[in-house]
Amino acid sequence: MSEETPAPLWEVFIRSKRGLSHNHVGSLHAPDAEMALRNARDVYTRRMEGVSIWVVPSAVITASSPDEKDSFFDPAADKPYRHPTFYSIPKEVQQL
Amino acid sequence: MRSSGQIDQGGAEGVPTGSPAAADPVADPREADFQALIDADQRIEPRDWMPDGYRKTLIRQIAQHAHSEIIGMQPEGNWITRAPSLRRKAILMAKVQDEAGHGLYLYCAAETLGVDRAELIDLLHQGRQKYSSIFNYPTLTWADVGAIGWLVDGAAITNQIPLCRCSFGPYARAMVRVCKEESFHQRQGFESLYTLSHGSPEQHEMAQDAVNRWWWPSIEMLGPPDTDSTHSAQSTAWGIKRFSNDALRQRFVDMVAPQAVVLGLTPPDPELRWNEQRGHYDFGEPDFEELRRVVGGDGPCNRQRAAHHLKAHEDGAWVREASAAYAAKHAATTAAA
Repeated sequence: MSEETPAPLWEVFIRSKRGLSHNHVGSLHAPDAEMALRNARDVYTRRMEGVSIWVVPSAVITASSPDEKDSFFDPAADKPYRHPTFYSIPKEVQQL
Repeated sequence: MRSSGQIDQGGAEGVPTGSPAAADPVADPREADFQALIDADQRIEPRDWMPDGYRKTLIRQIAQHAHSEIIGMQPEGNWITRAPSLRRKAILMAKVQDEAGHGLYLYCAAETLGVDRAELIDLLHQGRQKYSSIFNYPTLTWADVGAIGWLVDGAAITNQIPLCRCSFGPYARAMVRVCKEESFHQRQGFESLYTLSHGSPEQHEMAQDAVNRWWWPSIEMLGPPDTDSTHSAQSTAWGIKRFSNDALRQRFVDMVAPQAVVLGLTPPDPELRWNEQRGHYDFGEPDFEELRRVVGGDGPCNRQRAAHHLKAHEDGAWVREASAAYAAKHAATTAAA
């Protein structure tokens, strides 16, 4: 029925208030970046949910593969000494 | 909001689904890991391996939910130009805008499963995907707008709150957003009906008439009875469906029955009464034959709703073409600079 090429997909990131980082909230279709920003404002910030919006073409995102998540994140798994709780400290030291 | 149990139950509309019967008899070894995640109440994310049936069930359910939001703009949109005050008009526009937003959150969630929104809209236009039965009823008076907010959105919220914990991450996240916005919808409807009910005798009568017409369709929109629900077991095992249609229906009636008393309106169900022993309201048998008819395409407004959506889509084609042409021209200029 529709012979038009669908407008590209954009991922939307919103900073909910100053001091916080942008968070992914969803995606939407738009022909270009400017329209994507305007659409994102209408779709994702109807109740003042944001003070800043990023839109990124979905096609340019490179993601880690869930299939290799074990091996990919493995290097961190056996290094408990990276956490402060790994170290035992004498009781008399109150704060460290 | 706007979804309905019966669309969550593929069997009601005879849409083929990836049901357990259709599943590959040779189980994929990854299926155990997948099910373990669900059993541990973890979420499945788009790039995870998932059984084909899970993917198909979700695409069907989320798409039909999205279509319901979009088609659901029509019955209420019908009253925007005739809202009785600027206040009511602003509220109604905000609500209808929200329904568009909810549709978009849901199409976005469906697209993470590897379908394109354009495909889903084509399926809707071809009548191969459905939307909630409730939007095939007409909005005859201004009081219908209040009744929809109170009853239809109330039933939808009952159905949607458990979906916030659905096993598929993007769907659950979309539902959290929808539910947050939905409570305004129900409250504005209740307030509007309350005002009418406590107004002139004519206004009261109009509110009562709206409740008479919307009560049963709202109860029916929670889907066919559990005895006729073909996909519940698999959807429950997959963490998509958390409560049965009848359990949700009871929850809905328990919520709205005492509210009707406050409204001063009488639900059109002589069997509706509090059952001390059960700790729930008893209520009459919904007309599931009517539900089947309306879902099957024979409701009062099915053709009108579908034709309007198609026309709006086609009338908007020039906007999409123009914005694509502008984007292409602008991209060329930027590249040349």
